[in-house]
Amino acid sequence: MKKLSARRRHPLAALVVLLLALACTGGLYAVFAPADKAQADETAQSLTIEEGKKLYAVGCASCHGTGGQGTSDGPSLVGVGAAAVDFQVSTGRMPAATSQGAQIPKKPAVYTQAEIDQLAAYIASLGAGPAIPTEEQYGPEGADIAKGGELFRNNCAQCHNFTGKGGALTHGKYAPSLEDVAPKYIYEAMLTGPQNMPSFPDSTLSEQNKKDVIAYLNAVNSDDTESPGGLELGGLGPVAEGLFAWVFGLGALVAVAVWVAARTAKAKKS
Amino acid sequence: MSTTTTPESRSRGKAPAGERVADWADGRLGIYSLAKANMRKIFPDHWSFMLGEICLYSFLIIILTGVYLTLFFHPSMNEVEYHGSYVPLQGQLMSEAYKSTLDISFDVRGGLLIRQIHHWAALVFLAGMFVHMMRVFFTGAFRKPREINWLFGFLLFVLGMFTGFTGYSLPDDLLSGTGIRFMEGAILSVPIVGTYISFFLFGGEFPGDDFVARFFSIHVLLLPGIMLGLVVAHLILVFYHKHTQFAGPGKTNNNVVGMPLLPVYMAKAGGFFFLVFGALAALSAIATINPIWALGPYRPDMVSTGAQPDWYMGFSEGLIRVMPGWEINFWGHTLVLGVFIPLLIFPLVLVAIAVYPFIESWVTGDKREHHILDRPRNAPTRTAFGVAWITLYFVLLVGGGNDLWATHFHLSINAITWFVRIAFFVAPVVAFIVTKRICLGLQRRDRDKVLHGREAGIIKRLPHGEFVEVHEPLSQEQLYTLTAHEQYKPFEIGPAVDENGVRRKVKMSEKLRAKLSKGYYGGESQIPKPTVEEYKEITSGHGHH
Amino acid sequence: MSSQDIPEENLPAAQDTAHGAVKLADEKNPFADPGLPPHEHRIQDIDERAAKRSERTVALLFTLSMLATVGFIVSYVTIPVDKSVYIFTLGHISALNFALGMTLGVALFAIGAGAVHWARTLMSDHELTDERHPIEASPEVRAKVMDDFRQGAKESALGRRKLIRNTMFGALALFPLSGVVLLRDLGPLPGTKLRHTLWSKGKLLVNMNTNEPMRPSDIIVGSLTFAKPEGLEEHDHGFQTEIAKAALMLVRIQPDDIKDKQSLEWSHEGILAYSKICTHVGCPISLYEQQTHHALCPCHQSTFDLADGARVIFGPAGHALPQLRIGVNDEGYLEALGDFDEPVGPAFWERG
Repeated sequence: MKKLSARRRHPLAALVVLLLALACTGGLYAVFAPADKAQADETAQSLTIEEGKKLYAVGCASCHGTGGQGTSDGPSLVGVGAAAVDFQVSTGRMPAATSQGAQIPKKPAVYTQAEIDQLAAYIASLGAGPAIPTEEQYGPEGADIAKGGELFRNNCAQCHNFTGKGGALTHGKYAPSLEDVAPKYIYEAMLTGPQNMPSFPDSTLSEQNKKDVIAYLNAVNSDDTESPGGLELGGLGPVAEGLFAWVFGLGALVAVAVWVAARTAKAKKS
Repeated sequence: MSTTTTPESRSRGKAPAGERVADWADGRLGIYSLAKANMRKIFPDHWSFMLGEICLYSFLIIILTGVYLTLFFHPSMNEVEYHGSYVPLQGQLMSEAYKSTLDISFDVRGGLLIRQIHHWAALVFLAGMFVHMMRVFFTGAFRKPREINWLFGFLLFVLGMFTGFTGYSLPDDLLSGTGIRFMEGAILSVPIVGTYISFFLFGGEFPGDDFVARFFSIHVLLLPGIMLGLVVAHLILVFYHKHTQFAGPGKTNNNVVGMPLLPVYMAKAGGFFFLVFGALAALSAIATINPIWALGPYRPDMVSTGAQPDWYMGFSEGLIRVMPGWEINFWGHTLVLGVFIPLLIFPLVLVAIAVYPFIESWVTGDKREHHILDRPRNAPTRTAFGVAWITLYFVLLVGGGNDLWATHFHLSINAITWFVRIAFFVAPVVAFIVTKRICLGLQRRDRDKVLHGREAGIIKRLPHGEFVEVHEPLSQEQLYTLTAHEQYKPFEIGPAVDENGVRRKVKMSEKLRAKLSKGYYGGESQIPKPTVEEYKEITSGHGHH
Repeated sequence: MSSQDIPEENLPAAQDTAHGAVKLADEKNPFADPGLPPHEHRIQDIDERAAKRSERTVALLFTLSMLATVGFIVSYVTIPVDKSVYIFTLGHISALNFALGMTLGVALFAIGAGAVHWARTLMSDHELTDERHPIEASPEVRAKVMDDFRQGAKESALGRRKLIRNTMFGALALFPLSGVVLLRDLGPLPGTKLRHTLWSKGKLLVNMNTNEPMRPSDIIVGSLTFAKPEGLEEHDHGFQTEIAKAALMLVRIQPDDIKDKQSLEWSHEGILAYSKICTHVGCPISLYEQQTHHALCPCHQSTFDLADGARVIFGPAGHALPQLRIGVNDEGYLEALGDFDEPVGPAFWERG
């Protein structure tokens, strides 16, 4: 208890209290939520799962196995949760081409959102896993952008670059750019760790932490992000700057030098 | 001196105000004799002779903007909490150095512009020096009497690199901190004294509280002070030696042809300063550089991918990235070859180009002054060496940016690293051979042009039906320009025995020199330029075709 | 090497004869220097109207510069420092930075362009010739200098009075030592500081993100977590120096997949605690690929196999990442079982 009281004035103390409060509210809601509504939901839910199972059998089973147990061509999906399905299928990564390169890239989605929800429901029914996050979880309300920046630099920037421009991994793999990735998918990616990305479960990167990270990313890497100094040059740092300095800096000055040193046009001798 | 006023000094007394001021200064500084020698000094016109001016002016711009920045920058590593105008860093802990750089960027009006001009000018300064140095190299302008000036220029380039590096480190952002960490790791690899140097430099363990303040005085005082002295010395020597010129009609080794300093070069060179400054200001309005607010404050446990130094340090980054991780442990000590070898190759790469002029002058044994520039093709071995060096440099630059090449060209970072490892040894050799052949090809073409004239592009049908292209003879000016270059003969040791049949002693160095000289000027390394006899035989014989 | 041992005939003919004193083309030498070509007039030299046009252009450029400077001052006074503006292709940028940079750029560039245009079109373009003179002094001057020097050296008697000479050299050689000694207090001696971190037996592993201690169940397979020793807070003095050594990277791998036996022993149920500081030059290495169990350094691409004792499988690092022995305390929280076994971070001479 001594330890706790010593930490009372820590800047994160408020956050911890807030988190506790949130957890309590959530728990209370779950306890007192109307039971009959849950009942109705359940029947709808089982229908959705049925639909998802059909879609799964057609589109996914060849690689992931008929029961989602996985084959040599695809990992087991038991316990990956609805969030993983929503991320993989919505960003077009799944279904993947039969012969992939080092990494399965982002593509336009093949399924509609309704179908994706059905697939997700089916996979979620195979084993408990993270659920699809709600707007409330990844929305901007109550987020601390600066804290998100610190978290981003600690957990994400090493692969995705300072402002999420992406970066290289081993043997042709890469951490993709986070530009134009919807907050929901960023949240899901953190939660589930798609492909080679490690996961950041709520136990180590709390819900609030994730919210902060998304808010930070939205502040520094979106269409409205201000780049006060001018052209961002890809946000890639000194390599891009050096290239720009050579081509447009020195290049322009050499062009000017050619003009300064060139002979003035002579009058035609008549 | 008598006290009576001479007629001359009386007339001085009545001179216009401007002249009187000049007289006053001359009486104390002797400016007239200085002006007599220099006011109408002749400078030849060629765009490549202005590359050095780009460097000089960007250096001045860096000093001007740098002084402005020191008015607002706090070189301190005290941790403070940020409460300025940039929202995504509100409440973050950071050093005062980082905070004051944020304030310069967001709260000082025009501060961001000056910061960007300072940094862009630094990149252009180094790029300019690189290109200027290559111009001097490929035209042979480093030959006697300019070897010392070549060294001054080289020192400026190296000092510029380190001034740039220390400046890049000052804001104490996450990227520059990573660079400093790299430097610390490299210092630790030095056998025996590494840890001591590191502890003395950082005032203890990395990162400590001292390095920003220490780098600050190195960046704003020590290095620029030395550089300023070298720049002045460099310029004095340029004036003293008078500028080199390309061969051409009326241009000899004993004269310099061009426009006078006053007024033409006063206007052109003075104007060029404003052109450079203007271009850099516009560049800084358009493109951002080192947006430190996006990088965040330095924390030794945080990092971002794409961590690179500014371009001029890129080749050292390449060296360190492609080196295999060799480490030898013996008797309780560690020899960190994986870091120490690149640390040794780094200066060697630079020294290779710096000492080249002395090697060449030893091989040729030429002790005369050279004021006429070579066309690169007419010095194939030198040109090939220079291209090989640039190739090595750029291979290492590719290595330094291997992660970005990987993401932007969808390659494997491991494959690029292996490519650079092999290319480090192979590419310079290939570049050397290819360049030499190209030079010889161009020499042959020049020879053909002199002997057979220029291809006119007109096709003529001869009476018996054959089609021939008309060749126009070259003008006297062109003939002169194409044959003005000198050709050395290879140096030979001579017979191994003297006339009495006694074996001569031949020093190893002499043998080496003969070998090199043969490589430089032997039959396979230069195409003999046409002689007057050859020319006459062809032109008098059967007209032009 | 002196030039004496290069036979004269190897050097090309002296340039001034090669470059011919002959100014006109003659039958004997078609390659002779024809001399400077005659001066040709520019349009501005013969057409006063063209010259006037040039003059107006130059004046216009100088006027433009004045206007731009006025624009600079006006921008400085009127545009708020935090105003953002959208410029096509450039994006959302600072209005003040753009306005100041462009006006300053135009103001300066116009001065330069005006001056150069003036020089190119209106100043005389007659090419002039300066003679060069050898830099070497004449033999007489050389002899005089040598004589003077010898005279001076003789009068100083430096060569004769060896005692003076030797003690003077001694004094001059020794005094710079004072300067070297003065540098001693730049920093403390290394001692064993590089060998120790804040970790010790019983120290809890605190999550960097939440600032809370962790239970083994918090860390799932495929996740990545960063930890610091308990008690180390960001506000502490010396935080940077301590975290530079103590930063920890936690991953969990199925115990069956862990190839290195010692590594498995030092883990807690497959939770491995590795130093986050690269053994190459000290970048925080944390590009963890959860499927391959490889960790890549973003600075120089050293790659470590975390499933195999973090041994180096690619790149310039020379040895594996140090692993911290961890366990669980009575309350079920992850704790360190001691300090690192070996120094963390870059290798150094005394590391052994």
